[in-house]
Amino acid sequence: MRNQKLVPKVEILHRETSGSRRSSYKVTAFGKTRNQKILISGNEAIAEAAVQAGCRFYAGYPITPQNEIPAYMAKRMPGIGGVFIQSESELAAISMVMGASAAGARAMTSSSSPGISLKQEGISYIAGAELPAVIVNVMRAGPGLGNIWPAQSDYFQAVKGGGHGDYHNIVLAPSSAQEAFDLTMFAFDLADKYRNPVMILSDGMSGQMMEPIVIPEDRKNLLSGICCLTSEKKWAVTGCKDRLPNLVASFRMCLGDTEKLNQHLQGKYKQILADEQRCESVGIDEAEIIIVAYGIMARIAKGAIKTLKAKNIKVGLIRPITLWPFPETQITQILKHRLGRVKYFLVVEMSYGQMVEDVRLAVNGKAKVEFLGRAGGGVPTEEEIIKRLEVISDKL
Amino acid sequence: MTEKIIIAGSGGQGIMVMSKFLSNLAVEAGRFTTYLPAYGAEVRGGTAHCMVIISDEEIYSPLIDKVDALIVMNAPSLVKFEGRLKKGGALFLNKSLINIKPKRNDLQVSEIPFTAIAQETGNVKCANTVALGAYLGYKKIASAKQTDVVLAKMLEGLSREIIAVNKKAFERGMAYGK
Repeated sequence: MRNQKLVPKVEILHRETSGSRRSSYKVTAFGKTRNQKILISGNEAIAEAAVQAGCRFYAGYPITPQNEIPAYMAKRMPGIGGVFIQSESELAAISMVMGASAAGARAMTSSSSPGISLKQEGISYIAGAELPAVIVNVMRAGPGLGNIWPAQSDYFQAVKGGGHGDYHNIVLAPSSAQEAFDLTMFAFDLADKYRNPVMILSDGMSGQMMEPIVIPEDRKNLLSGICCLTSEKKWAVTGCKDRLPNLVASFRMCLGDTEKLNQHLQGKYKQILADEQRCESVGIDEAEIIIVAYGIMARIAKGAIKTLKAKNIKVGLIRPITLWPFPETQITQILKHRLGRVKYFLVVEMSYGQMVEDVRLAVNGKAKVEFLGRAGGGVPTEEEIIKRLEVISDKL
Repeated sequence: MTEKIIIAGSGGQGIMVMSKFLSNLAVEAGRFTTYLPAYGAEVRGGTAHCMVIISDEEIYSPLIDKVDALIVMNAPSLVKFEGRLKKGGALFLNKSLINIKPKRNDLQVSEIPFTAIAQETGNVKCANTVALGAYLGYKKIASAKQTDVVLAKMLEGLSREIIAVNKKAFERGMAYGK
């Protein structure tokens, strides 16, 4: 790891918190399993990927259904010279992540919906201070304390801001344990590249579900291909002996400075919008109806599409992998090439209609956009999707 | 092949361990699998269930509507999940703790005293291992060699005595399932 130089600060913290650098946890466990299939939950896949991406600082506060992440980090971090802190609150956790990131460490926190609401102030500060950080939201049902069942009701919060100010998180939505692993590694690279918070938007079902994954030996095959090869963070506050001090802050007193920062941020977001849109498309060339769904919902939709294929109903799927930037280019391209032939978009979400707004903006009236959703722990079933598609198909 | 299984019982009976075993076995056999636990307030004495899918094709939804096989370790689980079985589906029930009969007559029912057999083999906690053996005696998910590999992996780190009891319990169950 080239940014090893920045780690010593973290190690001191570690000695203070746990007393000894020895750990009974076997770190070798994963060294042997490269390129082999292992059974792992979505939550643990995120945690292990973070470790392998060089994350050496994790702070979090417990909440179901994401507890496997802090539990895993608590076991894993001491053995590799990393820091695990179960903080006194979600606010403290995100602030600690901000501090660790300012000091140059790859840092992560995780929580579930109500806890993520509490972190919003910190996320806004991180965006304002232009710090890289990875924040995991394993979504559960809301509003309020809601319950522990899976939901996708935090889409607006994740992609439209959540905290105050004109900022954006980069938001990634895995739909399998394998993708949870791959996208988490990618998240750290994106965060460093743009010095911006990156959110992994998972849900209770994806987090709890176990699936086989392969931890690839060759990192070049990962989405980013540059994992753990980040350059030294010259902006980090690592002690200024023999150099001018660095300043990391989101507070700018001089009139005009904050406007300048905002202009700079907008430039950065424009570049992210142009370069980082990602989605999976299935059966688009033939489709008369296109389902748009993300995360676990997209998988359930794939099952419905398979059934309908047998009935000769032509349905395709767009599965956004980046929720911000939303893959609007893919939608506009499809409409450009297949205008009039794609007649309907059906957006399926575990919410009462959030991503559907971004789909409507991208479709821009060139096709009809319908919505199917349930929330509060309810998950639209394959049968419900099929039924709805059959109704739409009759209108074609 | 696509096999959809629900395993249910009370918290502490090893429902999640059984389910993990099946998913691990599927991985060992090179098949696709998903393991989806009910992650509510599953504590000892409460209810616990888990959905496992094993398939030769990519699995989309991990949720199960109709199941091919149902393993129930206590009476409330039978009442709750009996209706989810497909017509002709396989029902494995723990005769030791279930003194009611299934309502449906269109199922393949195996009533096996999992808990009593576990007691006989030396450890009542192995009832889940007996049930696992019984199910795998009926349904071939993997080869005997692959099953041994997963059994060894799942029991790794336990005392020699516990490993021996579990292996015996597994074989006893297997004989029932065949």
